[in-house]
Amino acid sequence: MRQHLRTAADALCVFFALLLLWQLILWTFHVQPYMLPSPAAVARAVVARFPSLLAASAITVVESGAGLIASIVVGVIVALIFAQSRWVRRMLYPYTILLQTVPIVAIAPLILMWVGGGTAAVALIAFIISVAPIIANTTQGLVSVDENLVHLFLMHNATRGQVLFKLRLPHAVPSLFVGIRIASGISVIGAITGELYAGSSSVGGGGLGYSILYASSQLQTDYLFALVLAATVLGFSFFFLVMFLEWYFLHRWHESALKMEVE
Amino acid sequence: MTSELAVPMIELSGLTKRYGDGQTILNSVSLTISKGEFVSIIGPSGCGKSTVLKLIAGLAVPTSGTISVDGMTPRNARELIAFIFQDATLLPWRTVAQNVGLGLELEGIGKVPRNQKTSQLIELVGLQHMANAYPRELSGGMKMRVSIARALATSPRLLLMDEPFAALDEMSRDRLNEEVLRLRAEQNWTAVFVTHSVAEAVFLSTRIVVLAPNPGRVEAEFPIDLPATRTGELRETPEFEALVMQVSHALRTALTQ
Repeated sequence: MRQHLRTAADALCVFFALLLLWQLILWTFHVQPYMLPSPAAVARAVVARFPSLLAASAITVVESGAGLIASIVVGVIVALIFAQSRWVRRMLYPYTILLQTVPIVAIAPLILMWVGGGTAAVALIAFIISVAPIIANTTQGLVSVDENLVHLFLMHNATRGQVLFKLRLPHAVPSLFVGIRIASGISVIGAITGELYAGSSSVGGGGLGYSILYASSQLQTDYLFALVLAATVLGFSFFFLVMFLEWYFLHRWHESALKMEVE
Repeated sequence: MTSELAVPMIELSGLTKRYGDGQTILNSVSLTISKGEFVSIIGPSGCGKSTVLKLIAGLAVPTSGTISVDGMTPRNARELIAFIFQDATLLPWRTVAQNVGLGLELEGIGKVPRNQKTSQLIELVGLQHMANAYPRELSGGMKMRVSIARALATSPRLLLMDEPFAALDEMSRDRLNEEVLRLRAEQNWTAVFVTHSVAEAVFLSTRIVVLAPNPGRVEAEFPIDLPATRTGELRETPEFEALVMQVSHALRTALTQ
């Protein structure tokens, strides 16, 4: 616990040092507020426009959350198929790398053209960008089971299904969480990128990406910063939620979860 | 015990195992093990002793030769066999009780009889107080006890043990050896036990088979005519010492050939 406090205190020190540096830059170079607002101005924007920040964040949460959940469901199913044979993996694995390397900025307009704008399209973009790490990590977990454990199951005449669901899948859960941790961050990035193209789906405002675009076109730089701050907080929240779930499901038996607790 | 039950449990004849690269692991090994015997297979590394176990379990297929386990092919005989590996091979996400019940669960035994059998076996290996612990909370010796309890849960008639106590300290090893003898006296299974330790082999076995390496073949066999009920003090008797020396000598011969 003392260790935790110490880490938090160190991080806070850096935060305040950065704020100070920011303010110093403003004072020395006389930067215009529309180029770089002061920390105080950003704080004021957060307070003044809190309802609209919250509304924009809520939209982005739904989109990236839906994308992330879809990528977990689909990613695990694909990994289960991949685990069936080396041959299937060899045939299909390169395409998951393709998913990871395709520039999302380039295909986002295509997806909007096919699916139309709105929440579904943005969630789809978040899904595409976050599914690859889940497939890769889960597959790795499914196939890296100790050979003797497979032998043990065979000695009891276990069916293929039993080996998959009672041995491979539970063994892959820690790896699945590694995948989800990576995916949780990039699903938010995917959703915001999608929103830049998809615009607003509802009257009166869209998600964070749309609002960022709007604020920059209006030169509301303080609000823009507030939005970026909200996006960061959102990414962090996703990450910590996943960390908590990981701890919750694994701490009783898994070493890495145990270490996380001690650190 | 052996003489009145001279019914064969395992019959290996002309067993040869070659790997893909042409290396011969076992060369024409023939061996008959009767019901109720406790046979230790001992030999230097590379003599194929673990391969013999894998072949009997049907986890590997011989290049030539035949294997019969209670008159069946190894695969068909799996219900009679339990395998104890060098590592405890416990599932880390399952508690001790859930690990012990694994075999019964895979064989479709219902929850109530399963729990009954499971707690009975946990008690048999003296781990009642750890029934709900996870493997990472256990010592090496405790893990091995769980592994033994799991193997015995399905009431096997043949136990195949691949250096199960190699990773343990000598004290735990000696205690577990005594426990294995006690369990065998109660349940009367046949056992094939692979080990590096001559003393362990002499203490446990009714017969010791020494394998020679390159390629693996039977070098010598020693019947162990020590009393059926053995306690720790047996290790200090001259008869025990003499047998250990005999087997060690054969092992050295196998190595220097």
